[in-house]
Formats: sequence, structure tokens, C-alpha cells
Amino acid sequence: MSRVFISRDMASVALGADEVARAFADAGCAVVRTGSRGLFSIEPLVEVEMDEGRIGFGPVGPDDVAAVLDGSHAARLGKMEDLPFFAGQQRFTFARCGVIDPLSLDDYAVLGGWVGLEVARAQAPQKVVDAVKASGLRGRGGAGFPTGIKWQTVLDAPAGDKYIVCNADEGDSGTFADRMLMEGDPYCLIEGMAIAAHAVGAGYGYIYIRSEYPYCIATMRAAIEASAHIVAPFVLEVREGAGAYVCGEETALLDSIEGKRGQVRAKPPLPALKGLFGQPTVINNVLSLAAVPFILAEGAEAYAAVGFGRSRGTMPVQLAGNVRHGGLYEIGFGITLGELVHDIGGGTASGRPVRAVQVGGPLGAYFPPSMFHLPFDYEAFAQAGGLIGHAGITVFDDSVDMAHMARFAMEFCAAESCGKCTPCRIGSTRGVEIMDRIIGARESASSVRAEPVEAHAGPSTDSGRTGEGYLNRALYSRAPDRINVSIEAQTNLLRDLADTMKYGSLCALGGFTPYPVLSALDYFPEDFGADAPVKEAAE
Amino acid sequence: MEEFIGAWTARHGTTRDGLLPLLHAMQEEGGYIDDAWVPAIAKALNLSRADVHGVITFYHDFRRTPPGRHVVKLCRAESCQARGGAAIEQAAAQRLGVAMGAVRADGQVALEPVYCLGLCAVGPNALVDGRPVARIDAAALERIALEVAA
Repeated sequence: MSRVFISRDMASVALGADEVARAFADAGCAVVRTGSRGLFSIEPLVEVEMDEGRIGFGPVGPDDVAAVLDGSHAARLGKMEDLPFFAGQQRFTFARCGVIDPLSLDDYAVLGGWVGLEVARAQAPQKVVDAVKASGLRGRGGAGFPTGIKWQTVLDAPAGDKYIVCNADEGDSGTFADRMLMEGDPYCLIEGMAIAAHAVGAGYGYIYIRSEYPYCIATMRAAIEASAHIVAPFVLEVREGAGAYVCGEETALLDSIEGKRGQVRAKPPLPALKGLFGQPTVINNVLSLAAVPFILAEGAEAYAAVGFGRSRGTMPVQLAGNVRHGGLYEIGFGITLGELVHDIGGGTASGRPVRAVQVGGPLGAYFPPSMFHLPFDYEAFAQAGGLIGHAGITVFDDSVDMAHMARFAMEFCAAESCGKCTPCRIGSTRGVEIMDRIIGARESASSVRAEPVEAHAGPSTDSGRTGEGYLNRALYSRAPDRINVSIEAQTNLLRDLADTMKYGSLCALGGFTPYPVLSALDYFPEDFGADAPVKEAAE
Repeated sequence: MEEFIGAWTARHGTTRDGLLPLLHAMQEEGGYIDDAWVPAIAKALNLSRADVHGVITFYHDFRRTPPGRHVVKLCRAESCQARGGAAIEQAAAQRLGVAMGAVRADGQVALEPVYCLGLCAVGPNALVDGRPVARIDAAALERIALEVAA
């Protein structure tokens, strides 16, 4: 009887892995459901245990069982470790993902599981915090704050109750590393949280998972139950989100766990001092916590040895969108954006030229190929007017309309705003309207060689009223003046609005929405109709 | 429903942080959260009715009216757009006969927006009655339409 390995990762299931697994089980195989290896162009992937090791075939359909089992299937890939996509990686955090049965405690222990926790528990809490500091680990949720310093604050805070909160909201488009880890190696996250609990003296932990990740929620709940005796006296619980992107912001997340609307809190106080239920709280992203077992087991130096500048260790980069070889690629910081998109991602899935990539989720900047020399590094991206965020890279081909993407960024901000700050709550909707006028003016400029376009945005003011003094003007000030819908006037207004959002928002939702908008405008002005007047003048 | 709330609080307690888990459980049970149940929820957790109403309306997931018999959650976010999501969204609304964000008049199917399912390399994606579907094209859309017609 053959042993075969087939992923139960949500992406693999979406591509038909369940049907494939059923077909192999019906054929009498012992089917082990693993996490995903992380290369989705070969999913559903079937690995068959043979004399020479685990041999992969993919993508495989339910009708391919016989051809796979006798080794004659055309999509024979060999050993996964030898594929260029995997051979080039440095898998510190994702070492076991795709290899093991995610819920098997034996599998986890055989491949080095719980070693980090044992090492940590044999040390004083301060030593554990010191190790995390020495590793150079920075928050993988996007902000890049040094994790060890955050833990030190919580350790030093005098309090009876402390909490570990794992931010598993992963609401960014183009990111799925948190999801893959929770579905493919849940004990790694649990171990990281248990180490954090020992390091700061916390007794209880929450994992806040977005409701869009039902597979994660089920897997994590099962894993928590199965490993409760190992992490005891530390106790863990999963909390399910309810469809609010903003709950990925740490203080909104805390309010959501507390049973309130997910509205952002003013900082200070820092959650490290006054967090969940007012107690000192470690809040870390899934990837930050999942990096910790490696750091403790292999040593801080081993982790810090990889990387670039002040960005130490590895980053699980996620290649998404219109990309040929999309998936998860864990590598030390410093690899360039171009290498990731072209050499590893293989360019676009559509075969058309790459026109733009958005790095760091919906709040990240759009970069053109002329920026592909940028090294993947917190500082380099910040300097270039962007962010690496959670390291999601969404690739767009030359059919993309960047004005449409800028409009969507505003629309998304309007849909997800928690409502606390005016620029985010209202400004975003006004931004959508500005983009509609720009797109409208662009369309009419391309079809008609028109006079500078002017239009009324609403009912016209009665010009007779204007002479009636200050009070009347104030009373009727909401009646709009004629709006100059020339593209230049509208883009100036858009920049002005972006400035207000950037400086007038309490959190990154309102504060970073200008990144995609302004980068689209700066790098792709032709999509905003900005080049049209020049072209006409040349005629 | 009061019985349900009573059984739930007996197991999980009556602290305020139980509100989201309770709302999830109620929606799982009844498909939506009727405004008529708000007073009982408020009483059980010692909150004001306005407070409970405010939480229900803040979170997109909680429904105040019955859902369609089938729910298609289609991703509208960037990575799916990069793979033709906008065209699929239009086609889906047309083929299913329901606007994005609405329940069809006969109650058979609801088309809901979702902002990322974490399947960003294989889009456009959807959750059809909780089942993930990737690489949606015209043919896949036809299969979904037949599935939700049943």
C-alpha cells in the first residue's frame, strides 16, 4: 500500500485537492493530508513515498491516480527539495509546512518541535527576551518594531495578569503566509506563543483569526486541544473575527476581543503596558511568534546571521496576483524585488509584461519595474516611499488601469474605516468621487478635444444670494461652487486629501491609504490622463 | 432564542468579551441576528441594547436579515483584481441575477463581497456556501450557478 501526501491547505482544496485525496484513498492508498509546500502552480500536488524518497507530481486531477502510482504521469516533478523554487529558499519558519501532518504531535516532535520551548523553560525569562533581542527579529506584521524590546516592556510591567495575543487577522490582499502556517504547522505558532508566555509571565493567550479563514480556525482549535498538556499551565483560545479589516490594527483587535466595536484606541498607552482588559499584553503577528521557536532552538546568532542591514533573519515572501509561480518563498532579507517577481515568480501568469507590483498589501505602494532593483528590506522600502508590510507582492500586467486601482484603494478605506477619524471615514468617500471625476475627465479628453471641462457637482447656487452678507454665505456654504473638473485641479485636490489622510489619521488604514493612491499617480500619471494635454499640444 | 442564549452563557459565562462569540453562535444557529433578539442578548451580558446593536452593525459578518439559501462570497481585493476579478464580478452578478451585496428576490442566492480569502495566487476566488473555489472563469461560474440553483 502506497503512502501519499496531499495538501489540505485551503488553496489546495480550492484547486480540488479533496477530490484528488478521495480518489487516492479509493485506490487503496494511505493518504496523509499535509499543509501546502507553497507553490500553487503545482497544486493539487501529490507526493508518493518511493524508495528514492517523496516524489512529487502536480498538478494532479482525480483521474490521474494510476499514472501517478506507476510513476508514468507526465507531471512528475521529482523531489520537492530539488525544485528550483524550493532549493533557493531559507525555510526557518516554514521548515515543516507541507512536509508533516499539521495535527500530528509525533510529526512535529520528530522534526524538532518543542525544542525551543524546552530551551526557553530551562532559562530565566530575561534570558529568553535577550535571545529574541539578539536575533534582531522585528515585527513581521508590517511595522517592523523590534520584538524583543516589545517583550521587555511587558516583562518589566508590574501586573498580576498578562496576555499573549496573536494577530492572525491577515486582512491584506496578497498575503497568505499566516494562513499557510496556521493550516500547515499550527504547533509552531502555539510553541512560539508558549515561549512568549514564559518570557513575559503571561498565563493566557488569544489567537484572533479572521472569519474569512475557516480552515485556520478549525485547525488551530484542534491543535490547541491536542497540545494543551504540553503548553500547560499556559492556556490558549481562538477568537473569530467578524469581517472587519481594521481589526488587524492592534488596539482595534483588543477591543474586538473585549466584545466591542473594533475601533482604534489612542496610543499611548501602549498595549504592552495597558492592553487586553487593561493589562500588559504582547501583541505579535503570526509570523513573528512562529519565528521564535527557531530562534530559541537554533540560537539567536543562527537567525541573525541571515538578512540585510537592520533587517535580520528571513521573511516569508508571498507572490500573488497575476504571477506565473505564485506562492510562498521564505528567504533572508536583501533579495531584490525584480528577482522575486521575475526569477522566482516567473513573470505574469497571463504572459503579458509586468506593469506594476503592489508590495505590503492594500496600504502598500505600487511600484513600476524601474524600481525592481530595490532590496527587500524595511529601510530600503520606507526610503522609496513604500513599505514591505507583511511581504505580500501582488503582480499586475499591462492591462491594469492604475486610476481604477487608486479609486479602489479609496473605496476599500471607506468600506473598512472604523469611523473614528474624519479624513479616513469621510475623506475616503470624497477620494472615490475625485477619482470618478478624474476617470471621467480622462475618458472625455481621449474622445473629444474639448475646452477645459467644467461641470456642476450639484444644484447651482443662486448668484443673487451671494451679496446678502456673511450669515447667508455661511448658511448656504454647502451649496457647491462650480467644480473645476480639469484633471490638474482634481489631482491637486487628490494630493491635498492624501496629505490630510496621512497626517490626520490615528492608524495606518487612513494614514497609509495615500501610499497606493499617490504611488499610482506618481509612477503611472498617464492613467490619470496627465499626459493627454501634452500629447494634444504636440499635434 | 432565549433558551439558546441561556445555554450558551451557562457554558461560556456572562462577561462582555463573550459578545462576539455569542453573536457568531447565534448566527450559526439562526442564519442571522434578528433585531428582536437584541434585548435578550443585552440582558444576558449586562449591556445596553444600543451597545449590542452597535456591535452587530459595526461588523460586516453579522446579518440582520435572513441570508439567501446559498451564499456566494466573491473576492473583490487587489490580487483577484489582478487576475480579472472585476470582469468575473460583473459576470457573476449577471449570471446569478443579483447585484453585489444583495439577496436575490426569490431568496435563493446572495452575492456578497469579501476582501481577500488568502488564496491570492490562484484567483479570482470565492467561497460558495463555505467551500473555497479558485481560478474562477466563465466555466467555473456556470458550475457555481448550477450549484446554487438547486
